[in-house]
Amino acid sequence: MPIISIRELVVEYDGRRVLDGLNLDIEPGETMVLLGGSGSGKSTLLRQIIGLERPKSGSVIVKGCDISRCSSAELKKIRHSIGVAFQSAALFNSLSVEDNVALPLREHTRLAPSIIDLMVWMKLAVVGLADFGKLLPQELSGGMKKRGAVARALALDPEILVLDEPSAGLDPIVAAELDELILLLKQAFHMTVIVVTHEMQSAFQIADRIAMLHKGIFTSVGTKDEIKASQDPRVRHFLDRVPEDLANAAAVAAHFEKYLHSQETYQ
Amino acid sequence: MANVLEDVGRRTLTELDYVGSLNIQLWSTLRAMKSALPLVGNRYRWQATVRQMLQIGYDAMPMVSLMAICTGFILAMQGASELRRFGALHYVIDLVAVGFTRELGPLLTAIAVSGRSGSAFAAEIGTMKVTEELDSLRVMALEPIEFVLAPKYLAALISVPCLTIISTSFGIVAGGLFMFFSTRLAPFLYFRYVLESIALRDVITGLIKSLAFATIIAHVGCLEGFRVHGGPDSVGRSTTTAVVKSTFLVIVADAVFTAIFYFTVRP
Repeated sequence: MPIISIRELVVEYDGRRVLDGLNLDIEPGETMVLLGGSGSGKSTLLRQIIGLERPKSGSVIVKGCDISRCSSAELKKIRHSIGVAFQSAALFNSLSVEDNVALPLREHTRLAPSIIDLMVWMKLAVVGLADFGKLLPQELSGGMKKRGAVARALALDPEILVLDEPSAGLDPIVAAELDELILLLKQAFHMTVIVVTHEMQSAFQIADRIAMLHKGIFTSVGTKDEIKASQDPRVRHFLDRVPEDLANAAAVAAHFEKYLHSQETYQ
Repeated sequence: MANVLEDVGRRTLTELDYVGSLNIQLWSTLRAMKSALPLVGNRYRWQATVRQMLQIGYDAMPMVSLMAICTGFILAMQGASELRRFGALHYVIDLVAVGFTRELGPLLTAIAVSGRSGSAFAAEIGTMKVTEELDSLRVMALEPIEFVLAPKYLAALISVPCLTIISTSFGIVAGGLFMFFSTRLAPFLYFRYVLESIALRDVITGLIKSLAFATIIAHVGCLEGFRVHGGPDSVGRSTTTAVVKSTFLVIVADAVFTAIFYFTVRP
C-alpha cells in the first residue's frame, strides 16, 4: 500500500491551472524525486503533499488519510510523521541552530531537557553540524543552513522526509555532500524521501524513481533507467538541455502588425 | 457613474473583508491565549510573552515618558495662556489631570506603541512569511496564531495599560512642574488637587481604552504581517500600512469610547 497516493490532483491560482489531474503513488521506503524545470509545478505539488494548500479537486492521501479533507487533529498527527526542509531552509532567525532543532521536540514531546539536548546533538551530528549548534542561522553558510533544516526535519524521526530543492544555489561539492547525506539518511532511517529538484545529476544520484513534471502534468514516471531511456520529447528536451522557444514568432509578428495598424489609424 | 458605484462597492467589500479577517483573527487568538498564560500554559509561550512585554513596554518607556512630559507641558501652557485671562489658572490642574487620565495618556501611549511595536509585528511576521518560517511552523504542527500572535497579544494587553499609567503620571508631573515654575504652587498641594480632580471612573475608562488600543495595535500589525505576499518590498508596504491603519483605528476607537463614556458614565 502506498504511503502517499495522489489522485486526479488539480490546482489553480486565480483561474490559472498549475497542476492538471496528477496521479502518483509513492511507496514506503522509496526515494521519489520530483524533477522538472522552473514553473513546472513541482513546488506547488510539494505544498499539496505537506498540506499547506488545498487543491481545486482531487486528493492527496498520506498514510490513508486525505490531507485536504481530514480533521485538524488528523492533520496534526500526519504532520508529526512528515519532516520538511524548505528551499530557503526556513530556520527561525531568532533561535540558534540547536534551538531550531529542539523546537519540535519541546513542543510535541514530554522529554526531559537533558534528553532533548542529547537528541539535538545527535541530529546535528548526523548532518555534520554538531559543532555549530550555538550559532544563529545567519552565521551559517548556505549549505550549512540546508543541513540545519534537514536536522530539524529529522527531529521527530519522521516516516516521510520532504526536501525542497536541497541543492539549489549550492556549489557542486556542497550539493554532492547533501546528496550523500540524503542517501545516508535513507539507509540509516529507512524513511520515505521526496525530493523536489531541477538538478538532473542530483536526481539520478539519489532517486529510486523519478516523476518528471512539465507544465503541471507528469510527462514520465519511472526508475532512473526508464527516465534516461525515455523518448518523450518533453523529457528528452529537459535531459538534453534543449532550450524552449521563449519568443513566439507568430505572436510577436501579430503584435507589431497591430501596432503599425494603430499608428496608421492615428495618422 | 457605474464605474464609481463599482469602485465604491469594491472598496466597501474590501474593508468589510478586512474587518472580518480582524475579527476571525481576534477570536482565534483568544482561543489560543491559554497557551501563553503563566502556570497553566506552555512555558515557552510564556517566555516569549515576557520577551515581548520587554520589547513593547520596557523598551518604549523612555520614549513614552518623554512624549508625555512634552505634551503635559504643552497642555498646561496652552491652558494657562487662556485660563489666566479669566483668573482661572487653577483649572489648569483639572485640565492636565483629567485630560491625561481619560484621554491623552492612553492615546499618546497607543500612538507610540503603534509606531514602535505595530510596525515591528508586521515586519517580523511578514519576514517570517516571505522566508517560509510560517510554513515551517505549520508543517511542524504548530499554529502561527498560537505560536506567534498569542504571546504578542497577551504582552500588549499587559504592557500597554502599564505604559498608559506611566505616560499619565509623567504628563501630570509635567503639569506640576509648570505650575511650580509659573505660580510657585507647591508640589504637595498640586498632587492633592490632582487627586481631588480625578475620579476612579476616569482611571477605569482610561485603562479600558488602553486595552482596546492594545487589541487594535496587536491585531492590525499581525494581520498586515500575515497578509504579506511576494518579496521584501511587500514587507515594507505592510509595515507602513500597519502603522497607518492602527493609528487611524485607534483614533476612531477613541472617539467611539469617549462618546460611549460621555453618554453612559455619569459623574
